Amino acid sequence: MTVAGSLRVVEAGARVYRRTWRGSVISTFLNPILYLLAMGVGLGELVDEGTGGASLDIPYLTFLAPGLLAAAAMQTGAGDAAYPVMAGIKWRKTYEATLATPVSVSELLMGHLGWVTVRLTFVATVFSLIMVLFDATTITEGLAAIPPAVLTGIAFAAMVTAYTANLKDELGIASMFRFAIIPLFLFSGTFFPIEQLPDYLEPLAYITPLWHGVQLCRGFALGTDFTVHPLVSIAYLVALAVLGALLAIRILRKRLIS
Amino acid sequence: MTDSLVSARGLTKHFDELVAVDGIDFDVAEGEAFGFLGPNGAGKSSTMKMIGAVSPLTAGTLEVLGMDPATDGTKIRARLGVVPQDDNLDQELSVYENLLIYGRYFGLSKKVIDERAAELLDFAQLEDRRDSPVEPLSGGMKRRLTIARGLINTPDLLLLDEPTTGLDPQARHLLWDRLYRLKQQGVTLIITTHYMDEAEQLCDRLVIMDKGKIAAEGAPRDLIERYSTREVLELRFPVGTQDVNAERLDGIAKKTEVLPDRVLLYTDDADDAHNRVLAAGFEPESTVSRRSTLEDVFLRLTGRTLVD
Ligand SMILES: Nc1ncnc2c1ncn2[C@@H]1O[C@H](COP(=O)(O)OP(=O)(O)O)[C@@H](O)[C@H]1O
Ligand SMILES: [Mg+2]
Repeated sequence: MTVAGSLRVVEAGARVYRRTWRGSVISTFLNPILYLLAMGVGLGELVDEGTGGASLDIPYLTFLAPGLLAAAAMQTGAGDAAYPVMAGIKWRKTYEATLATPVSVSELLMGHLGWVTVRLTFVATVFSLIMVLFDATTITEGLAAIPPAVLTGIAFAAMVTAYTANLKDELGIASMFRFAIIPLFLFSGTFFPIEQLPDYLEPLAYITPLWHGVQLCRGFALGTDFTVHPLVSIAYLVALAVLGALLAIRILRKRLIS
Repeated sequence: MTDSLVSARGLTKHFDELVAVDGIDFDVAEGEAFGFLGPNGAGKSSTMKMIGAVSPLTAGTLEVLGMDPATDGTKIRARLGVVPQDDNLDQELSVYENLLIYGRYFGLSKKVIDERAAELLDFAQLEDRRDSPVEPLSGGMKRRLTIARGLINTPDLLLLDEPTTGLDPQARHLLWDRLYRLKQQGVTLIITTHYMDEAEQLCDRLVIMDKGKIAAEGAPRDLIERYSTREVLELRFPVGTQDVNAERLDGIAKKTEVLPDRVLLYTDDADDAHNRVLAAGFEPESTVSRRSTLEDVFLRLTGRTLVD
């Protein structure tokens, strides 16, 4: 595997994106604004005036925003690793085309993740800047929350790529969003501290990757204490990313170099 | 070391229990157009993928451009052009961008790619489509673009897996013309096809492949001479009477083949055979006399037709 080979795949991703960016760019800007307005400002006022204000210590918007940042990174990472990967393998067979050139499976996979990383950086940066505009964080802390958000997205992208590479058809993608991504979105400390969960569910939340992403983003964006040491969360997400990438390479090789 | 570009000995490919390629031997020399002619499922694509260094061998040896695909896959692929059986162009990109991305995979600079893209689009008769998206192109145009893409790295060897399958006759002839030009330029071609006319038109030498094995090898005319007669008389009889007639026809020609819809008489002189058929009192509904083709060779070797 060479870096040059992977970079050519990143470049191809960028060229395809130049054709297809319109839909995704709108949601990149609009989603944070809509979520922060509806949940942060709208719902937030109720929370702050009720008992939430006392138990959170900080305005709900401030609490929520970094959680949403991590969740947006998860959505982007998982999304870019689902249908586009299925298209590459099966619908458009662009992976087959790429692998007929000197590019190897590992270069293809690393290039794919590399391009997703570029996308994640863009999405997380836009999100952080919008958080700053909403006064949910300062500019320096907002910038500090970008790397953990990107890391969260990469971990999901790697795992979801491995998952998708194993699928026969796209039904499995819809189930993954329904049974994994959306529950994670709702119960990983994005909208409320997981201490609010029933005691028996709480430990479960601690092992979800999104919770680690959320606690990192929140800690960095707000400069507040971490629930567990940030290095633990970073190591966990890095481990998932590496594991996902290795699995994805294995599965793609088996499937495409048959 | 042989001086052939591709050399296979006992080349074998299994998919679990299924034997797709069953110990085949062949050599492809530089500058020749070499064909694999065989019906669906013969193992042609499996063979092409092994040559293209994207499918590991189950057994046997394979040398491509003097290298071993198992260890030098990247180097081999750098010098190959591949036109797969199913188009795998990037539909989201323009014609030119498909060439650009592909060229970049080979590590070519944008400047070099731009020069070659201009030549290749001219060759593929797609100059005026340079910036249009791929999706709305006709099947023939997509095929020509795929060939242009396969030539972007000026390969030493171009692999074409069923280049004209699914195209209408006009598009096929246009494509044959392009491939013929490549041949004249000295590009080494390996072509798979289940069309005997394609094999006859394009291939200097070919192997007839069936059920993973090679049934015969040679130049198209040689194969026809070796395995068939010069001419063929095709007879159609009224529905229901073919079998009875066929039995009685035995002996009139050198060899008789009975197909579901017609009887073939193999002979060196079809007109003479026709006269003898009529003289013997047969009343076929229609007759066609023609020269032998690779289809007849295939029938002779396997007892089946190429396209069913
Ligand atoms: N990836 C694969 N997995 C399992 N079986 C395969 C695979 N590719 C081809 N085959 C089988 O191998 C046999 C030969 O196929 P193929 O090489 O595509 O033949 P051809 O190209 O001559 O039509 C067929 O029975 C086909 O179903
Ligand atoms: Mg085939």
